[in-house]
Amino acid sequence: MIRTHRLAVGLAAALASLLASPLALADDPAGMVKVSKGQVSIERAGARLPAAVGTPVLVSDRLRTGRDGSVGVTLRDNTLLSAGPNSLIVIDKFVFDKTTQEGAMSVHIRRGTLAVASGRIAKKTPESVDFHTPTSVLGVRGTEFVVEVEGDGDE
Amino acid sequence: MNKALASLLLASLLAAGCVSERVVLLPSADGRPGAVVVRDAGGEVRLDRPYAATRRSLGGNDAYQSSPEEVSERFGAALAARPPRPVSYVLYFEAGGNVLTAASQAALVDIRRKIAEQAASEVRIIGHTDRVGSVEGNDALSLKRAESLRDLLVESGVAADKLEAVGRGERDPLVPTADEVDEPKNRRVEIVVR
Repeated sequence: MIRTHRLAVGLAAALASLLASPLALADDPAGMVKVSKGQVSIERAGARLPAAVGTPVLVSDRLRTGRDGSVGVTLRDNTLLSAGPNSLIVIDKFVFDKTTQEGAMSVHIRRGTLAVASGRIAKKTPESVDFHTPTSVLGVRGTEFVVEVEGDGDE
Repeated sequence: MNKALASLLLASLLAAGCVSERVVLLPSADGRPGAVVVRDAGGEVRLDRPYAATRRSLGGNDAYQSSPEEVSERFGAALAARPPRPVSYVLYFEAGGNVLTAASQAALVDIRRKIAEQAASEVRIIGHTDRVGSVEGNDALSLKRAESLRDLLVESGVAADKLEAVGRGERDPLVPTADEVDEPKNRRVEIVVR
């Protein structure tokens, strides 16, 4: 019994060390909240956190603004994202190698308004950057644009 | 009859879920032409002029020309919350080592001020070398330059967790040269405050 337990712990430790490096990469923040006005929150792993200026933004975070809210986030590749009131924005994917400046990103606008100024990844590999709305996919060729999604999409 | 038809149409629109979408290309800050391609099940629309736009109605994306007025009306709050644009500074080194030129030492004062003034600022310090020496040696030298700048900023009171040092060696010359050319403009550290 004890022996089996030890074996399991040993296996778990080996697995953890094997996984450690890719996990560490995935845990790097995608960006940081630089502007926050009114009601703004980040939904992460089932919890709702206040999104004050200086809060790190992680992959799969859901940024939500209330009726009077707006939020600005700078991603690590210098992409600028900012959302107006009643918005729900999800960071689906963000990978950036600061040495090679290669990476990939995918951001979903579920509802509301989003302004984008693209960053290093879009400059280096535009094909690895996309933005999603409920119906469409936006490909970006190094530029600035705005997106609006009206409706009650919440998922 | 017309009224009945209109209400029927309205009812079917309501049943469809009322989602409407809009994408507008803005003029880029650096003046370079950019583009956005909007793709859906029915095809794609390419936006490549300032204020070129698509609007979604009845299941398709239709192109139209938007305007600064429409953008500020619909997107004013989102644009007002845009974070400050990242600012890049370049500092130069004396040949072969990691000693800053006099002009670059003076520029550090501006950089410290920018880091202190901007809310939640983050700083990436990217070292570069000229092409004198091996690629590996230059990788190490560029990182050493970036790290020495980082240490200098930490000593002057900048929080270490704001700073990240990166070495790009001779891969990204400001002035392209043949190998082994001593080019002062390539011996530099780029500091990007975001």
